[in-house]
Amino acid sequence: MKRPFLTLTVLVLVAGCSSSQNWGWYVIDPTTESGWTNVKFLVSGMSATIQISLIAAVLSIAIGLIVALPSLSEKRGWRLVNRVYVEFIRSIPLLPMLFWVFYGMPIVFRSMGLNIPIDPFWGAIITLAVSDSAFTAEIYRAGIQSIARGQSEAAQTIGLNYYQTMRYVILPQAIRRILPPLANQFIYIVKMSAFASVIGMQELTRRANELVVTEYRPLEIYTLLIFEYLLLVLIISAGVRWLERRMGSDERGQ
Amino acid sequence: MPDAVVELVGVNKWYGAFHALKDFSLAIGSGERVVICGPSGSGKSTVVRCINQLERHQKGTIRIDGVELTDDPKSVARIRSEVGMVFQQFNLFPHLTVLENLTLGPIKARGLSRKDAEARARHYLERVHIPDQADKRPMQLSGGQQQRVAIARSLCMEPRVLLFDEPTSALDPEMISEVLDVMVELAEDGMTMVVVTHEMGFARKVADNMVFMDAGETVEQGKPEHLFTSPKSERCRKFLSQILQH
Repeated sequence: MKRPFLTLTVLVLVAGCSSSQNWGWYVIDPTTESGWTNVKFLVSGMSATIQISLIAAVLSIAIGLIVALPSLSEKRGWRLVNRVYVEFIRSIPLLPMLFWVFYGMPIVFRSMGLNIPIDPFWGAIITLAVSDSAFTAEIYRAGIQSIARGQSEAAQTIGLNYYQTMRYVILPQAIRRILPPLANQFIYIVKMSAFASVIGMQELTRRANELVVTEYRPLEIYTLLIFEYLLLVLIISAGVRWLERRMGSDERGQ
Repeated sequence: MPDAVVELVGVNKWYGAFHALKDFSLAIGSGERVVICGPSGSGKSTVVRCINQLERHQKGTIRIDGVELTDDPKSVARIRSEVGMVFQQFNLFPHLTVLENLTLGPIKARGLSRKDAEARARHYLERVHIPDQADKRPMQLSGGQQQRVAIARSLCMEPRVLLFDEPTSALDPEMISEVLDVMVELAEDGMTMVVVTHEMGFARKVADNMVFMDAGETVEQGKPEHLFTSPKSERCRKFLSQILQH
């Protein structure tokens, strides 16, 4: 059989539609009243997943750039700062970091006399952004270093300072090489946002878990959950391809 | 030389253990044209890269207009405003149009208005004989045109000294002369120039002083006609005979 996965999917769906005793697709059947209520409940986690992912991605892109810049310095001390951050952050698994941020950081704040509560929403965003920033920093570094040294030398000889050289010469060229891997990281963030369910964030995965507890139909509900993530990722991919097409032609001068 | 625009005294430069410049000294007067030649790896590019501080020298003194270069950012900023540079690989900014390449420095580093910067850019494009390519991107131009844009870009900063680091070495043969012609015109207009090149015809035509380098040192220097007709050193004689054969 050439396409076992496709065949399996078709089998599952056909079996599901026949609503035999073994399947429980009725729990997410939008044509029935209770099914429709369930689907609405599940899909309503979408906005939290999107918000967490978007804010975390924007923060990660900003933190990543700040972390990447010292790695380009001629001074060893600055490069060391970058190395320590990247190696340390990317070695921490996401779940332990999430626990540390959500349960641990408020204690740190309290011991410093600060009263900063961390709710599941911001706990998840901080964790995702920081964890991902180590990877975005590496993406920036590789992208910037791929721009020939002559470009920054030419910028210096026409009197541009470091900031201007980055802003007007290096980054506009590097962005085309940085964007595709950054998009990958965004997809990674969307998927990893599922961990926020563990600290009680009402996003897609949490909603699915809660419905499974009351309906006890894990296969059907988690199948829908997977398709929800698939939909999100497909939308991001399409967006990135559109962006790449728009930017791609510039360098060749068309 | 008391009225030297650029003066190097006992300059030393190491790349790791490699001693690239050994007690190198050179004085360049206002309006003077200096051509530096020598075999590859002899340190000629390092000389021009040290003058505009793309490379830091470790020992010795470099003065621009009598003021010594230091690590101080102000000192470096001063060189950038007085010394222009033309690279072997042009190093034009591929994401900008020709006009934007030329106006970037004047607008961002000098604070000129866009209108003034563009007027200046068009003036210098005319001077390098490509006034009608302003809105194209560098990749749409031939190598010779690109290098002339690069020269115009340097001129837009109105430097006192223009450095050329093998400006024709990356060009197809038929494009070399259009770049050299522009350089000769600049020389005739009195621009102070330091040119690293193997183009001996150009050297003979415009150089006031020709420096032959080998292994990080000046082997011989003087008027080009002296070096061509009666070189004192065996190394210089051998080098010139090799590149003049063709």
